[in-house]
Parts: sequence; C-alpha cells; structure tokens
Amino acid sequence: MIAAEDKKTALKEFMEKAKSGDHPESQLIAILHRAQELYGHLDQAVMDDIALTMNIPTAHIWGVATFYHYFNLKPKGKHSISVCLGTACYVKGAAQVLETVKKELKIDIGETTQDGMFTLTETRCLGTCGLAPVMMIDDKVYGALTPKKTVEIIQSFYKK
Amino acid sequence: MESKTITITIDGKTYQTQEGLTIMQAADQLGFHIPRLCYHPKLSIEGACRVCIVEVEGVRTYVASCAYPVMDGMKIRTNTQEIRRARRDIVELILDNHPQDCHTCERDSNCELQRLAASMGIRKRHFEGERKKYEKDLTSTSVIRDPNKCILCGRCVRICSEVQKVTALGHAHRGFQTVVMPAYNMPFRDSVCTTCGQCINVCPTAAFVEKVYTQDLFAKLNDPSIIKVAQVAPSVRAAIGEAFGLEPGRAMEREIAAALRRLGFDYVFDTQFSADLTIMEEASEFLERFQGKGKLPMITSCSSAWMKCVEQFHPDLLENVSTCKSPMSMMGALVRTYFADKIKKDPKEILSVAVMCCTAKKYEASRPELMVNGLPAIDMVVTTREIAWMFKSAGIDLLHIKGEDFDEPLGLSSGAGAIFGATGGVMEAAIRTAYELYTGETLMDIELESLRGLAGIKEGKVTIDGKEIRVAVAHGLGNAATVLDMVRKDPDRFHFVEIMGCPGGCIGGGGQPYAGINSMPLDEECLKKRAEALYGIDRRKTIRRSHENPDVQRLYKDFLGRPLSAKSHQLLHTHYKVKEPRGIIPQELKVR
Repeated sequence: MIAAEDKKTALKEFMEKAKSGDHPESQLIAILHRAQELYGHLDQAVMDDIALTMNIPTAHIWGVATFYHYFNLKPKGKHSISVCLGTACYVKGAAQVLETVKKELKIDIGETTQDGMFTLTETRCLGTCGLAPVMMIDDKVYGALTPKKTVEIIQSFYKK
Repeated sequence: MESKTITITIDGKTYQTQEGLTIMQAADQLGFHIPRLCYHPKLSIEGACRVCIVEVEGVRTYVASCAYPVMDGMKIRTNTQEIRRARRDIVELILDNHPQDCHTCERDSNCELQRLAASMGIRKRHFEGERKKYEKDLTSTSVIRDPNKCILCGRCVRICSEVQKVTALGHAHRGFQTVVMPAYNMPFRDSVCTTCGQCINVCPTAAFVEKVYTQDLFAKLNDPSIIKVAQVAPSVRAAIGEAFGLEPGRAMEREIAAALRRLGFDYVFDTQFSADLTIMEEASEFLERFQGKGKLPMITSCSSAWMKCVEQFHPDLLENVSTCKSPMSMMGALVRTYFADKIKKDPKEILSVAVMCCTAKKYEASRPELMVNGLPAIDMVVTTREIAWMFKSAGIDLLHIKGEDFDEPLGLSSGAGAIFGATGGVMEAAIRTAYELYTGETLMDIELESLRGLAGIKEGKVTIDGKEIRVAVAHGLGNAATVLDMVRKDPDRFHFVEIMGCPGGCIGGGGQPYAGINSMPLDEECLKKRAEALYGIDRRKTIRRSHENPDVQRLYKDFLGRPLSAKSHQLLHTHYKVKEPRGIIPQELKVR
C-alpha cells in the first residue's frame, strides 16, 4: 500500500509534468487515469485537487469523469467479481450465476459490498467458453459454475 | 481585410454574400430564417440540435447551417419537402423525451421549443418512448433547475462558461443519461453558481426558471395587518413593457408605481433614490481611497452576482471592493429605520419587497450580514417577469394605467440614479458627484459617452482638479475577469472600476422579460433600447446629479449626518469574505 501522502505527491508530480508541456488542459484524461491508478477511484477531494492544480473548472472535470465508463466514482472493493454474460455463458446459465452473486453479496452490478470486499461487474466473454459459465475474481477464472459452487467460491474468500 | 464577395443560390434564387459566413448567417442577412434551437449568436457553435439542417447540392448528407460555411457557387435548399420532414422528425424526437405539460409550464407561450414545434406543423405526437425522470433542484435562492425540461441544447452551459466564465454547469454522463448539472451533481446552492440567471435568459424551455414568489406575495398583499412597501429597480421600468407586447425601449416608471399601488402596496419607493444615496457614499469612499485611505482601484459592489463571484473567484481582490451595499439593500435598511420612524411603526410590521431585474438579488436578500436590527433588509425579491405576471394575473392593464409618482420620502431620484441600470451608468453617476465633492465645482459635461454602449470593456479618463482619474467598466462576469487580470498585472492602471454581473448591466439581468417572437435572448438591439430608455429618463430630469437630490440631502440632514458617518457605516455599508467552493477560470485570459 502506498501511503496517502505519497499518493498525493505522485499525483502532484504527474500534474506538474502535464502542466509543463503544451496544452496542459488536454492532459485531463491522462491525469484522471493516473489518479484512479493511485486511489482506485475518483472522489470529490481528488477532483477538487486536480481542478485547482490544473485550473480546470470542476463542472468540466465532472463531465469527463462521468462520460467515460472507465472511471470509477465510488471506491472499489478489495476483490472484483466479473460475471461473464457472453453468449456461451448465457446459454449455460450465467443469469442464475449472476443472480446468485447479487443475492449472496446483496449488491447490484457496479456496486461494492458494505464490507468493501467485492465489487460486482458484468463482462462479455473472457475467452474461456469451454468452461462456461464463468466468472473472474481478480485475475482468476472460475468455470463450470452452478449457483451452489458460486456461493462456495465467494465464501472461500471470507475464510482466507 | 475585406472579405470576398461570393455568389450562392438559396431555394433557386441567386444572391451575393460574403465569404467566411456560415450558411445560417448568410441566410439571415438575406431574409431566410432557418429554424434553429441550440444556436445563439453570442455563443460558440454547438451543432447539437440539428434543427437548422439544410440541403447543399453535392453534399451527401444534410448539413447544420449554423456550422457550415458558405462557398462560392453553393446551391442551398432550405425548404424542400424532404428537409421539412427531416427537421420535423428531429423536433418530434426532442419532444418525445420532453414532458407534455405545456399548459401548466412556467414558459407556456414563451417557450422556444413550443414555437418551434408549432412552426414545424407538429400537431400530434407520434413517438412514445422512454422518458427521463429527474428531481428538480430547488436548493438555490434564485434559480430552479429542472432537468426534465432540458433538451440538452447546451446554451446554459455555454453562457455560463463562455460569457460569464463561471462554469457552474456542465454536461454530465452520456447518451440518454446526459444531464446538465453542477459539478458532482451537488445542490445548486453549494456550487460556484453566482445566481446571475443568464441560464434562465438563454434557456429555450423551462429547464431553468427563477424561484418564484408571486403566490407568497399575493398572500401577503392581502394581509391588512402589515404595511406593504415596494421598491423598483431602474431596469425594471426599461423592460417591463416587453412582457406586455411592447417593443423594447419604453420607459414605464410612473405606470409601474401606479400598478404596484393597485396590486396592494401601501408605499412605492424608487430604488433610484437609493442609487443616488449609493453614489453619495461610493463617491465619498472613492475620494477617501484616492487620497490614500484604502486600496485602489476601488471596484463597485452593486451587482449581487458580482458580489458572490468576487468572493468565490477573486478573493485576492476583496479589499478593492467598495463596502457600499447595493441600492436595494440600502433602501431595505432605510425602510426598516428612517421610514419606520417616520410612519411610527414597528419595523417588524413592514413587508419590504424589491422588484428587481435580477435573480441574484434574491440571493443578496438572503445574505445574513445585510440584516438590519435582526430583520432581513428585504423580505421578498420578485423579478420583472414575476411582477409582470402578477399585474396581468390581477387584471392590471399596465399599458393604459394612469401614471403616478413614487412615494416620499424615498421616491425622488436624479437622472444619475436612473442610468445605474446600464453598463457604465454607475461610473458615470459617480463621476458626476465625485467631481463636485472634490473640486466644489459642478461638472458641466455630464454625459460620458466613452462609458456608454455595449463594448465588453470600456476605459475612460477624467481630470479632477488637475489629477487624472483612470476608470474602467466591464459587464458580464467574463469581461470582469479580464479587467481584473489587467488590475493584477498593473495595479496602478485604474483608480476606479465598475463591474456588473450581467451582459449590458442590469438591463440584461436574469429576471428580465423573455425574448419575444422576433428576438433572441440578450439581443444587442434590445439591450441598447433598454439602455436608451434609461438615458432618456436621465435627459428628461431637471436634477441629474445624485448630490442635488433634495430628498437625499434631507436624509443626510435629518438622519445620517454625512456620507461615511458612523450611522452610514452601520446601515449602508457591508463586508465580504472568501467563500467556498473556490471558482476556477480556465485558460489564459487575453490581457490587453
């Protein structure tokens, strides 16, 4: 984990570099990427900081941050669960898998659990159709899922 | 460089026009009014609505005429069956995602979308799709934001960022979910919004409207237990006729005084009186600063949107801002004290109402430091639009009413008080009085042409007793930012700076009547005519200098003592403080 002060410094350095080049205002997306890399998401304090340093109005930064799906405006969980809803997985019961995850974690797509453990997303095809239906937790693929197996996998994370 | 004359064909006829124009500009000059929605001549081209499409021979698709330049030999068709159908479809699709509540809408009969739909011949709604549903933002003292009415033309976003350089608004999210909102979707009240209301002026629909107090006011006017007092800003009289179908430029001060009495007010005072008083205080304050006591340049403080703007966007210059309250708040303070004493009433029993051209005055009235002996200086602010509606609703025929005078002791004004409403007017009025206060001689040549007109920034010089005084005038918060950068760069460049928050000054305020059928919001011709109405009032007055106003003289003799006295300071002056969130003005402003 990087200390909060170091994150601030790292972002500051990145912005100072952007400012020294041509058209610093066009570096906004790169800066938001860097901020998200450091903090995991973009909150108001970070965007306020970018606004003041780069002299860009907050309404404009907010417009960019909400336009692109890539930017997270809420904190991410410790682990990310991504349920595949591609054709093969869907045919093999991905909808039930997704329902199970939602019910087990009490969250909807795009949300993070209260305890900060998981963030749920959906995806289209992870290239492992032979294992359908699949989900990915962090960088590991779990295949041939049933509702029961799905619950067990999730619970195993709490036992670790 | 002269632009080249070229030949174009519109709808089969050949015309000469100038290179460098867009199709829409060329067509406008030739008398073709191509339908439009997101376009505004004062703002950048957005090309968002596609309503202004035309057919250009040789071009595969229809082009947006607001953005497409004319070229020599171009053949343009504006009104074929195909183009009419395509345009109508576009407007129908906009309507599809718009509430069907025209007859209960604030902008009914004043709505550009409504007019456009009528001109397209849309008499039935064909599409029934998903419709957006959002909460209204009612948090601001002045401006209500209703995203359900918004058609995403972006005019508000552009005027807020390009003309005002406030950038309180932006487009957030995307596609069907796009909403115009402040940063972080924060309540409007907590944003950098200066409450100037220019978003209301340019909005084609009712996505932005002022916070309306008309029903509350009707209720109070029917309460016999309170004394009802009104004051009327200069610019209201210069524009209210437009709400009754008159061409811009008719001054209606005596009509308004009579109409307000019919509405139920017991006393009708003139904000022009307190404008004269402001000049007494402000000219005196300026001369003190000029003689070494205080910071120069002194910057005027009458404009409420500017007050909020300076506290959030220019906190480094707070000491330069005059401590004088605005004429509205000075009047409010006098009504609760001087006037309450005169009529021997408890100030609590007085309802103090301000009729203003301005939405930001609603905000100003809520500033706690302007309270007088624990009471708000102003109980209620209604705009020109609101009072015009109230007159109509109460069956008061402003066009045929017999004019009446304002009431004593706060109703008599000089011509200097009248011109407050136009950009440059406060400066001109202040110079008329400062000259005499300083030299003891009367300034004869009182019409300062260099400070009049709609140039964004005006500069002038006057010589007072051999000393040169350099002044600057800016209207619109974007121009203000430019002048302030000039001040930061060279603090000695000006001695006195007038800033008004709205384009044209108060005459272009956020509470003025909506543009008529043949006009655009903030149309320069309209602003000029409103200004001319005020300059006309000035010319017709025998008293044209604030210090010659006999009722102002009496006020000082009987009550205040002299300008900048302890009593004046207590009642007529205020202070400013840095406010959050901090406003940001992007990109380098060109410093002349």
